[in-house]
Amino acid sequence: MASVDNTRESGYTGSRIEQSNREVADLANREYKYGWVTEIDSDTLERGLDENVIRAISARKEEPDWLLEWRLKAFRHWRTMSEPTWANVSYPPIDYQQQRYYSAPRKKPQTLGEVDAELLETFEKLGIPLEEQKRLTGVAVDAVFDSVSVATTHQDILSKRGIIFCAFSEAVKNHPDLVREYLGSVVPYTDNFFAALNSAVFSDGSFCYIPKGVKCPMDLSTYFRINAAETGQFERTLIVAEEGASVNYLEGCTAPMRDENQLHAAIVELVAMDDASINYSTVQNWYAGDEQGRGGIYNFVTKRGICKGVNSRISWTQVETGSAITWKYPGCILQGDNSVGEFYSVALSNNRQQADTGTKMIHLGRNTRSTIISKTISAAEGNNSYRGLVQVMPKATNSRNYTQCDSLLIGDRCGAHTFPYIEVRNQSSRVEHEASTSKISEDQLFYCKQRGIGTEDAISMVVNGFCKEVFDHLPMEFAVEATKLLSVSLEGSVG
Amino acid sequence: MAEVTNSAEKTRYLSELAEVSERSAPDAVRAVRAEGLRLFGELEYPHRRMEAWRFTNVNPIVRTPFATVTNPAQHGLERPDLARFTYPDQDWIELVFVDGFLAPELSRGLEGEPGVRVLNLASWTGDDPAWVDHFGRRLNGSSSAFTALNAAFSLDGAMVHVARDAAPPRPIHLVYVTTTQGKASAVHPRNLVVLEENARATLVETYVATDPSEVRWTNAVTEAVLGEGADLYRVKVLDDGPGSFHLATTAVSQGRSSRFRSFVFAFGGRIDRDELCVDLDGEGAECALNGLHLTDDGQLMDNAATIAHKAPRCKSWIGYKGVLDGKSNSVFMGRIDVHRGAQQTDSRQLNQTLLLSDKATVNTRPQLEIYADDVKCTHGATVGPPPEEEIFYFRTRGMSEAMGRGLLTYGFADEVVSELEIAPIRERLDRHVFEKYRPE
Repeated sequence: MASVDNTRESGYTGSRIEQSNREVADLANREYKYGWVTEIDSDTLERGLDENVIRAISARKEEPDWLLEWRLKAFRHWRTMSEPTWANVSYPPIDYQQQRYYSAPRKKPQTLGEVDAELLETFEKLGIPLEEQKRLTGVAVDAVFDSVSVATTHQDILSKRGIIFCAFSEAVKNHPDLVREYLGSVVPYTDNFFAALNSAVFSDGSFCYIPKGVKCPMDLSTYFRINAAETGQFERTLIVAEEGASVNYLEGCTAPMRDENQLHAAIVELVAMDDASINYSTVQNWYAGDEQGRGGIYNFVTKRGICKGVNSRISWTQVETGSAITWKYPGCILQGDNSVGEFYSVALSNNRQQADTGTKMIHLGRNTRSTIISKTISAAEGNNSYRGLVQVMPKATNSRNYTQCDSLLIGDRCGAHTFPYIEVRNQSSRVEHEASTSKISEDQLFYCKQRGIGTEDAISMVVNGFCKEVFDHLPMEFAVEATKLLSVSLEGSVG
Repeated sequence: MAEVTNSAEKTRYLSELAEVSERSAPDAVRAVRAEGLRLFGELEYPHRRMEAWRFTNVNPIVRTPFATVTNPAQHGLERPDLARFTYPDQDWIELVFVDGFLAPELSRGLEGEPGVRVLNLASWTGDDPAWVDHFGRRLNGSSSAFTALNAAFSLDGAMVHVARDAAPPRPIHLVYVTTTQGKASAVHPRNLVVLEENARATLVETYVATDPSEVRWTNAVTEAVLGEGADLYRVKVLDDGPGSFHLATTAVSQGRSSRFRSFVFAFGGRIDRDELCVDLDGEGAECALNGLHLTDDGQLMDNAATIAHKAPRCKSWIGYKGVLDGKSNSVFMGRIDVHRGAQQTDSRQLNQTLLLSDKATVNTRPQLEIYADDVKCTHGATVGPPPEEEIFYFRTRGMSEAMGRGLLTYGFADEVVSELEIAPIRERLDRHVFEKYRPE
């Protein structure tokens, strides 16, 4: 009797193991999904960087003189700066003269219908259909391919409400006053090495302006794609929400698989006036390099928002799964009284990936509040650092900050690091910080395995539970994508 | 520009150092002096562009023309003068250093006891392998120009040796008194504590001044080596007054299954910096670093505690509390490094600061660097005023707001004091804290 049971039991287990082995093999063979290259006729500048390159970029974009001057000022300042070395990442020195600073598809479409079929197909493959009738969800997309924006959807619906959502270069032409007022107002070109570089050579990006009292009727989204080889991408995003306005903004990115590293140095500036609210979500899926750490994107990004008005709110949500190196600290300057800054982050580093990421919350106004939830996952030989600053200035009375940083370690060759900076300069504010580091416990895995859930799935479940607090702040589609991304990125990390 | 200023200020010490290097001393001391001198010449003074010194401006120390006390001074102190700094009714081994040099007539128990030897560096002949093996090994001065300067002087300090399995019941009390010299003086005490296998000891360090308002600089270095299974209980009381500058670096290396417990109590100087570096070298070693500082107007307290988990199954705790009043500053850096292979590390860290004034500033950096996966590490930090609800509790019971605030502050600070196992010190500090925050 017992022996019969045993046979059946072991037979069942056997098939489960086989099945899960197959699944694991499938998973392990699945590579970076977006690693292909589009053959497209493009207009690319020669390698190297000097004032002529900047003039050439500016001329190609038919920019006004003031912008060219601004770029040149930034470039001259950049030449006086040296690359920051304080981050907990290591990489061979970058030769800035070996990069190309501009690459654009040659055919510039006038309307959506004229978008190059190759490009449409590219974005189709990336899961970003640009043809509006195909869109089921109400998300307006600005698609950026290498150095230029190729298409922006749903512009008519948005313009009816007075919302400006277009490529940055178009905004320079059509709304120069707005651009001139806000460009560099949150991240000045003197801010840091990569911000100066971006200010000198930035090519395109998205511009978004929500007028007073308008709630944006649909989510806005920019999709960045690096295609050309040896080309850096330097885009700039500027979002301005006037009094009482609100907007949800999503950002996604991919790049082909290449053996050499590519540089991505972007700037995002957010401005929120009285009672305005901006949600900015990123799912970063740049190519991360292979298991040996060859190739991948260097993601050196400056993102900052300013809560200028009273009761304004800026929320950053980021899921960082890609890039060989991530160096990124989305921050909030809480200038208006009662303003709120939020930062929710999941950063994963697998294989040889390195991430040094966190946030800055600068409390200037009274009764300002900020929340930081950071979850980092390190696997294989990945290294992950949280670096954050909470600064409460003397006039920011009754301010409040809560910070939680949790790290999860998978494997004994990875590293997890935490470098918080807390500065408080008045006595009525409260700041709390807590951090923990742990590994996935054997008990949790055993519990799942006991119930027939394979190791990979169990880990994926635990990791998703670990990140849930952050995923809850992502829009639905992004949350689904983020969950999938995490499980793909973690595959093969269990020995 | 900075380098030029730097070297100009360094030359002041170089002539003093040249004289010291001529003196006869044991080989071990000469070697440390020579290395210290070389490093002092090479290293820049710490400045605010250095991560570890970002919030602590040491310019007042660098710019003040301190005269180093290089010979024992005429002090005229007698034992009763020290009663408020020492514990005369306790049978302790007590080494009293006046302006950096041992004053044998004020000290007691210098003969030590079975298993325990105490000596001062100036009278060391250098023929003792237990000390020779460790002197200058942990801190030759490479960590900063200040530790290098200390090494380059290496004039006097305490040498303690506790033999294998010895467990002296009497605490060893090191008292550093500075007296009025008429001009800004500097002392550089250098201590070495060696605990052999399974030895136990209690070490108390007290830094005080006869005239607390006098401008003066103490730049102390202590090395401690704990053998397998050794247990060191160490208490430091820093109370040398609002005119003082105090920099101290303590480096501890711990063998297998050893235990180190440390308490640092700091009651405010112009610039006080206490740096503790603990290496958990042996498997299963444990350390607990506790601290409390109370600062008033114009004072700065900088606590830096670094623990390196180098072996598996070690346990560590860092718990520092601060109460800041007036225009005072507090800086905290707690750092846990878990090296590769240091599995089953269990480490906790907590930094809590109570702000009593809008002009007080706190900078806290609890850091973790982890290269092993089977670890449990947490850290936390809180900053804020005494909670309103708790003050309200006192008011509903008929006490004034000031009384509620005072009692809450006392309670907050006393949590660290009440942990102390040495009753006479605990009682004295408890009274001190209570008096400080008792409302009028």
